[in-house]
Amino acid sequence: MKVLTANRLGDGEVVWYANGAWAETIEAADTVADKAGEERLEAIGAKAAADNLVVDVNLIDVTIVAGIVEPVRLREKIRAAGPTNRNDLGKQARPQTAKAA
Amino acid sequence: MYRYDEFDHDFVKARVAEFSDQVQRRLAGEITEDQFRPLRLMNGVYLQLHAYMLRIAVPYGTLNSRQLRMLGHIARKYDKGYGHFTTRQNIQFNWPALSDIPAILADLASVEMHAIQTSGNCIRNVTADHFAGAAADEVADPRPYAEILRQWSSVHPEFSYLPRKFKIAVTGAERDRAAIQTHDIGLHLKKNAAGELGFAVYVGGGQGRTPMVAKKIRDFLPEADLLSYCTAILRVYNLNGRRDNKYKARIKILVHETGVEEIASQIEAEWEALKDAGLRLPESDIHAIEAYFAPPALTDRPEGDAAVKRDRLDSRSFSEWLDQNVVTHRHPDYAAVTISLKGIGEAPGDATASQMEAVADIAEKYAFDELRVSHEQNLILPHVARADLRVVYDALVEIDLATANSNLISDIIACPGLDYCSLATARSIPVAQEISRRFASLERQREIGELKLKISGCINACGHHHVGHIGILGVEKKGSELYQVTLGGSADENTSVGEIIGPGFSSEEITNAIEQIVETYLGLRLGPSERFIDAYRRVGPAPFKEALYAGEAKAA
Repeated sequence: MKVLTANRLGDGEVVWYANGAWAETIEAADTVADKAGEERLEAIGAKAAADNLVVDVNLIDVTIVAGIVEPVRLREKIRAAGPTNRNDLGKQARPQTAKAA
Repeated sequence: MYRYDEFDHDFVKARVAEFSDQVQRRLAGEITEDQFRPLRLMNGVYLQLHAYMLRIAVPYGTLNSRQLRMLGHIARKYDKGYGHFTTRQNIQFNWPALSDIPAILADLASVEMHAIQTSGNCIRNVTADHFAGAAADEVADPRPYAEILRQWSSVHPEFSYLPRKFKIAVTGAERDRAAIQTHDIGLHLKKNAAGELGFAVYVGGGQGRTPMVAKKIRDFLPEADLLSYCTAILRVYNLNGRRDNKYKARIKILVHETGVEEIASQIEAEWEALKDAGLRLPESDIHAIEAYFAPPALTDRPEGDAAVKRDRLDSRSFSEWLDQNVVTHRHPDYAAVTISLKGIGEAPGDATASQMEAVADIAEKYAFDELRVSHEQNLILPHVARADLRVVYDALVEIDLATANSNLISDIIACPGLDYCSLATARSIPVAQEISRRFASLERQREIGELKLKISGCINACGHHHVGHIGILGVEKKGSELYQVTLGGSADENTSVGEIIGPGFSSEEITNAIEQIVETYLGLRLGPSERFIDAYRRVGPAPFKEALYAGEAKAA
């Protein structure tokens, strides 16, 4: 299962594609589970990059844990939460965001 | 220290204007990311895991308090209240918005700083001994030559698109504190029998996935020939360096594949052809630059001796800090102070905005307004009267920067690792923090003695693990972090690359493994004066392998 992620052009904020927009948290990101879905997200990512909304667009592996999207790789967990040595920084510092480790 | 002349001011100002325009056009969608990426990299702007990252040059690690205060201001206003001092004597901010970077660069330019050539395949920030100008053992201050190299290499038209990045380091003492043999060019400023200044020239050092110790190709290059000889080296490299393979593109590979004798003769031939063609450094130019680095007027302060003696008795922690973080100065009434950015359990090299501002105040008041960033990720006050050491220490205690661990096991070099870096394969900072906490007892650290522990979160080796007495390299294996340990590396005048000791350790195991290595060393050393590196060189890896792997299923 995959989701589409990128960094927002203007401030570099990590974002995920969710419900037709770019969300600042991963929980509700659009997941796809087949080739056709991946191609659809890739096309959305390519257009968003071409429209100068986001940069560094990637599909990443995720799983669903208790109804919430979670990245598989540690790298993506850290992007979704923030530095593991500083829980006061990044998305984890905001209310109701899970910590990476 | 060096002050911008009119040319420098205009050049940096023009670059800020140019890059600000490029950022505006990028934000407006007038240029694509592919077009913009090389432009932002030339100005020190990376895209990392969480955000953009701005790397700011601190030329040869030298700062004044106004500049450090400005870095604190940038940390507070545009970032998240802290900055990260790096192994290249630079500082990185981890969270700036692209849209704020023009304003940051304008602020930096107002204190004669910039981020030019902190990325890209060009000649990067020239680094130097952090005790330059203060060390009792140096023949001359290496920074004027580093500054000459900086001026020569800034937007050098021939060397702005090299096969790969290029790093130069300069030391002015026999004891190498600038790790010159791990650089593309390493320069050792020395005097010949006639008392003239010149350089021993090393080429082809580097770390990364293929660590190499630089080879000496010249024992004595007269100082006037510095630029012509470096030009010859760069020209041979630029022409023959491997542009076909990024991983083989550094000069170390060219030196290795060509052979040191052959490459040296190519460089000499190139040099013969250009050495009289206008790059000779006139003595007047050298003196003009040297004047910028004229030492502060160090008035005699003989009362320091008695004051230090008295205060040692008064405070054990002050006494320990003196032993560990204060080194001899060329003037007997003064000392050079290491401000450890390695508080127990802290992220190596990080400093908060308030700490930067407070250190700037201390430097202004007690250290002739001079500061250094060391490649070991600490700050240095190069000139402090011994009579003022106690008041400096007390001020550092106030801001939690008085940890007395310079050169001890908790004085760890660590790259940002997977907590920040998009290239990293494993985390570095949390490993450093855990090891630091495990060895928190200063008494125990002092019992262990000098021990350089260095951690990288990927094979690019920004954390210098290859040249750590103990090196740790984090990799990703089957989706988990795995830490490989190397022993016997060193980055001084006896530079060596560490050897992998055996199979790696998980993040849960690595601190225990390090402790076991340390205990093994304590058990076999000939005495407290035999440092870890000396003991390792005497006994080799066998006892450490035995301690780590004997009886384990994963023993090699």
